[in-house]
Amino acid sequence: MALPVYADPLERLWYYTYHVLCTAIFIFLIAPIIIVIPLSFNAEPYFTFTQKMLTLDPEGYSLRWYDLLLTFGMVAPDAARDSAWWSDVWQNASWVKAAKNSVIIGFWSTIVATTLGTLAALGLARSEMPFRRIIMAVLISPMIVPIIIIATGLFFFYSNPCAIVGTECGRLTSTYTGVVLAHATLGIPFVIITVTATLIGFDQSLARAAASLGASPQRTFFKIVLPLILPGVVSGALFAFVTSFDEVVAVLFIAGPEQQTIPRQMWNGIREAISPAILSVATILVIISIALLATVELLRRRSERIRGVTPH
Amino acid sequence: MSDTTAALLTTADGRPLKAALAAAQARARRKAFFLVAPLLLFIVLTFIVPIGQMLQRSVYHDGFAKAAPQLGAWFSANPEGTAPDEAAYAALAADLKQMKADKTAGEAGTRINYTVPGTRSLFTGAARGADKLEPPYKEALLADDAKWGDPLIWTAMRNAASPWTTDFYLIATDRARTADGGTEAVPENERIYLWLFGKTFVMSGLITFICLLLAFPIAHLLATLPMARANLLMILVLLPFWTSLLVRTTSWIVLLQGQGVVNNILVALGFVSEDGRLDMIYNQTGTIIVMTHILLPFMVLPLYSVMRTIKPTYARAARSLGATSWTTFRRIYLPQTLPGIGAGSLLVFILAVGYYITPALVGGADGQLISNMIDFHMDKSNWSLAAALSGMLLAGVLLLYWLYDRLVGIDKLKLG
Repeated sequence: MALPVYADPLERLWYYTYHVLCTAIFIFLIAPIIIVIPLSFNAEPYFTFTQKMLTLDPEGYSLRWYDLLLTFGMVAPDAARDSAWWSDVWQNASWVKAAKNSVIIGFWSTIVATTLGTLAALGLARSEMPFRRIIMAVLISPMIVPIIIIATGLFFFYSNPCAIVGTECGRLTSTYTGVVLAHATLGIPFVIITVTATLIGFDQSLARAAASLGASPQRTFFKIVLPLILPGVVSGALFAFVTSFDEVVAVLFIAGPEQQTIPRQMWNGIREAISPAILSVATILVIISIALLATVELLRRRSERIRGVTPH
Repeated sequence: MSDTTAALLTTADGRPLKAALAAAQARARRKAFFLVAPLLLFIVLTFIVPIGQMLQRSVYHDGFAKAAPQLGAWFSANPEGTAPDEAAYAALAADLKQMKADKTAGEAGTRINYTVPGTRSLFTGAARGADKLEPPYKEALLADDAKWGDPLIWTAMRNAASPWTTDFYLIATDRARTADGGTEAVPENERIYLWLFGKTFVMSGLITFICLLLAFPIAHLLATLPMARANLLMILVLLPFWTSLLVRTTSWIVLLQGQGVVNNILVALGFVSEDGRLDMIYNQTGTIIVMTHILLPFMVLPLYSVMRTIKPTYARAARSLGATSWTTFRRIYLPQTLPGIGAGSLLVFILAVGYYITPALVGGADGQLISNMIDFHMDKSNWSLAAALSGMLLAGVLLLYWLYDRLVGIDKLKLG
């Protein structure tokens, strides 16, 4: 938005004020995310820049908090750093265990959400779909309903899931299955939204052409439809994964000590004794989210290119 | 075309075309539905049924009904307003004896305690001495504790004798039963829930408004910049969106706390004194700042997608016809952005009303919202009350969701 030639002095003043304002808002958006990165290398247990950090003295910086991420919870953190030490890290370090849980739960909930969500999006994109609007509203609602309500509902339901058919069976609280199912439910709206958006630009005549050339519905799906909507499916899967990877309230209510995830561990850290180790976790998570954002952006552009949609 | 000619049209295998078409359409509908059915079943099982079961607790509590069957029988035999006679006290005494044997007095007392605070010990105490009770039971029980003659307790017991109840919704709307069976608002200093609902709505409204104020200029900037530069700046909006909530909350604690970065800068610049460091976190201010930051992308994205479609020609036409830039903005540009403002504001408001994590972590004492109250009662095992509060919150959110669908359309939801 360039300044028009006919602008009067007042408009010129507003033009510059406006740009300063926008810069300030962008700083508000991004500063809190960037600030944790340098602070995570603090050599002192403080949450602010020390004099040494400000003068860029190397002594002001250290990797001690990253080291603590590995050693915290270990049986013998002070032993020599050989293969036994690393296996101790892999087996016992709290943050490493939490990371493993986050990845396992995230992976399986993503698989469930993406498979069911993509199938449903294909059905919802068809013009013949009955009750389309209401079904769509129901499928998106896990994103809208307050998480505390979902979590309390699951807390009661998981204590005896078979109560709906009037019998007793095992509990789902404190199980991986329980957390995976809950996270899949929370991820589904994101898969539906992204895949449906991709399908809007999908040319149905391509599928018809494949069918008229004798391809079976399965073959048409795997050879024609899936490759074209794949960018949307992968973005949906990434959204579902991030949703699970960042979820803490359901974990608080239904998971046991065996299913501690990274957000759960951070929750403890923030609530009880906030230590700069949290900042090193935060830094790692910020780097992961930058990578995920870049992937989704690339996918979006690729999707627009292969479908011949020009950027809006 | 008349019906007779339509009936004459047939398919190649001789079936009437109309019937063949209807059959084909039904088949297509079934196929489409079968694709959605697995997910629908999944959502019903992992989402709708659990929430339904939880909500049932808001109108169902059998703690007293199960423990006091004889008193329940007396209540159903005698209409409301009957003064408790010797038979009623005898039933009560029999139930108290059974409660002692089954160790259910605590549960029964808890149920009555919800509506008449301070009565749990009345039941546990009476059950402890129940074996010593001798007829006439009325005198025995009244001698034990005069509270047994209180009509308020008898009304409460009558209401609790049936497991189905509206008591928890009464509590959640700050009302109590009177001895004559009616309801009244509780004293002003005990009204917490409606006040908290009000506060949640006001704070969500304020956060939505701040988000709108902050999102409008940057969405406009993004929408008017060339695509390549807009995409670059868009990353600054999307990165917070993709960053973990807990990371963002942690960062804000680091920035805003007493010895944090912002206070240090303010002290260094001389804006505040060393003793006058600002309290910006662990209170209402903290909740508002952090929630605004977290929800801002949800406002920017719908605004941006609407502003992208606004053609600059209208504004130019207005200017060439002599409108000032302010008039052009107010009369031409702003009305065209209304769909974006509506979509963004509704979405941010809906998400803010049910927020839990941020107030719990940075809200301190005065920054808590209704979700945190639900969590508080879950923690105290007041499950029915938590369910009633959830039911009210859910009703509000669903109403807003319905409004969003009507005004914006759910399929317009976009993520980046």
